[in-house]
Amino acid sequence: MATFLGINLFALSGQLLVGLINGSFYALLSLGLAIIFGLLKIINFAQGAMYMLGAFFAWMALNYMGINYWAALILVPIVIGCIAILIERFLVRPIAGEDHLYSLLLTFGIALVLQGVFTHLFGSSGLPYKIPAELSGGTKLPFMYLPNYRAWIIVISLIVCGSTWWVIEKTKLGAYLRAGTENPQLMQGFGINVPLITTLTFGFGVALAGFAGVLAAPVYSVSPDMGSSVLIVVFAIVVIGGMGSIGGAILTGLLMGVVEGLTKYFYPEASATVIFLVMVIVLLIKPAGLFGKEA
Amino acid sequence: MKLMKKTVLAVAMSLATVTGVQAAGVSDDVVKIGVLGDMGGVYADIAGPGSVVAVKMAVEDFGGTVLGQPIEVVSADDQNKADVGSSIARKWIDDENVDVINGAVASSVTGAVTKVMTAAEKITLIAASASHAFTTKACSPFNAHWTYDVVALANGTVKPMVASGKEKWFFITADYGFGHALEKVATGVIKDNGGTVVGGVRAPLGTTDFSSYILQAQSSGADVIALANAGADMVNSLKTAAEFGVTEMMDVAGLLVFTQNAQALDPAIAGGMKLTTGFYWDMDDQTRAWSKRYMERMDGKIPSMAHAGAYSSTMHYLNAVKAAGTDEGKAVMAKMKETPVEDFFSRNGYLRKDGRMVHDMLQVRIKTADERTSANDIFAIEKVIKGDDAFLELSKGGCEFAMAK
Repeated sequence: MATFLGINLFALSGQLLVGLINGSFYALLSLGLAIIFGLLKIINFAQGAMYMLGAFFAWMALNYMGINYWAALILVPIVIGCIAILIERFLVRPIAGEDHLYSLLLTFGIALVLQGVFTHLFGSSGLPYKIPAELSGGTKLPFMYLPNYRAWIIVISLIVCGSTWWVIEKTKLGAYLRAGTENPQLMQGFGINVPLITTLTFGFGVALAGFAGVLAAPVYSVSPDMGSSVLIVVFAIVVIGGMGSIGGAILTGLLMGVVEGLTKYFYPEASATVIFLVMVIVLLIKPAGLFGKEA
Repeated sequence: MKLMKKTVLAVAMSLATVTGVQAAGVSDDVVKIGVLGDMGGVYADIAGPGSVVAVKMAVEDFGGTVLGQPIEVVSADDQNKADVGSSIARKWIDDENVDVINGAVASSVTGAVTKVMTAAEKITLIAASASHAFTTKACSPFNAHWTYDVVALANGTVKPMVASGKEKWFFITADYGFGHALEKVATGVIKDNGGTVVGGVRAPLGTTDFSSYILQAQSSGADVIALANAGADMVNSLKTAAEFGVTEMMDVAGLLVFTQNAQALDPAIAGGMKLTTGFYWDMDDQTRAWSKRYMERMDGKIPSMAHAGAYSSTMHYLNAVKAAGTDEGKAVMAKMKETPVEDFFSRNGYLRKDGRMVHDMLQVRIKTADERTSANDIFAIEKVIKGDDAFLELSKGGCEFAMAK
């Protein structure tokens, strides 16, 4: 077996790949947060709850309505996007001009309520959700057995993240969006409906969390606290990447997945802390984050 | 002279006993049972609100009064935090005249609560915790550890697997007290039976993704992956093991699996896995009759071993209060230890000197999808393990007051 400095390279490649898979999850979740914060300046603490909601909706769709995984992957984010639009319109907008703290507390409250309701309805043990038949099984790589579903997670997350980045950074629609949040009065003067853009952006950012939730349902336990445990890590990733930097959130998500994966290999006890350690170091050296612009 | 001293002592002691009886009866004109548990967190399904229901059922079945005084049940959420648990216990004792606490799930909480209770000379009925410390190193004359413990789990699950030739083990351990204790005890059982531990990882509590650990287990060359974790951690690690094709190459042993956890797993993944439990709702007519009544009150949710243990321990406690003629901790505990424990939950049970309730444990197998007739049809019982074989021997536990003559 190939080794380098006493490290089994085969095992290491396996860990790198697994890290990348987790990283693509982080990328998807932090992208949603980064869009909402970067463009709307709302700190959305309900993002984790929406991720949980995505997984539960996928489960409910399958068990109550017979809607399969593939349909859920499209329908659930739309439903969650709509819920987010209602939240934005009726709860977030009234406090739009206030301090960031207000939106933080509001969304945190929403998250607690959702988590409580789902614990009450479904208990805390979690629900089973099968991997779709088309993606079950796996591929034998030279260094590891790669389950097809995990490969699918990487591919689809990269596609979604990449196209979102492209739309926001490279298209006319994205330009309107960025301009609308930069200088709403001027854009409205040009005849652009800025409140509508804001609402839709919020809906899209949250829908990404719902999408990640459906993606997670077959591999992680579908339980009410699945969102709260991942949310803090994702926030740390957004901070490391630079608050509001879209591309930064994606790249940092992938990077942190790998960093965490390697920690799990070399010193598993620290795997829950390593991302926060990176955050502290980055904040000390580059307070705006790796990809953030200095204010 | 010596003889006289002895006589005086004997007279004094019997006088003390007599005065004890005279002062007997129910303190504060009520027997109050405090149910402490995780009411909304990770362990809420396996203990929590269901335990409150089970304790209330026991009180109703007992008749609602004892020695002519009413029995009351109060409950609180310890949030799986030791400081929260112990401050509730203190408040209950000081302000609300609580006589006994049933519950406390996370072993850390139970450890803190039993200290408070012991200082107040009041009984803790430990129905859901796993650590065997409460009847060994941290034992107390006021602890009654009811349902199961890590030793019974390791003996029940690990021993037969090692004996059948699965000798090399790899541990995925929850990185806190409970996981460490379970790993330590299970490692002992593996080594005593001729097996070896080839590796292990300590995963932080609440880890979402176990794929990295599963890969490490896979490359370790072990025959069995032992999951020394609980709840969502156990579910997630088993799911991942199945996904990475590990379950086809090696066995996975879940060391602490509640019925609720098994229910949360796809039978295609968990079917066939063997484990140890203190109770299963569908064992015989007695368990089914009780569980049916429980389910009627819990929207059809099946009881866990912790729920059944909460009922059984409460019932035994109330019977002991009646027999002792008082709710004073020491006297009640003496009666509890005198009387065998025989009910729908406990078979051939008795409360040992050190506070361990020794009773028959069940070795079960998770049913596959084909075998299941309903959503609640989860375990097939493989074997009954005699209580004395399952639990740690009194002499090996190191509980000082119980071993002293």
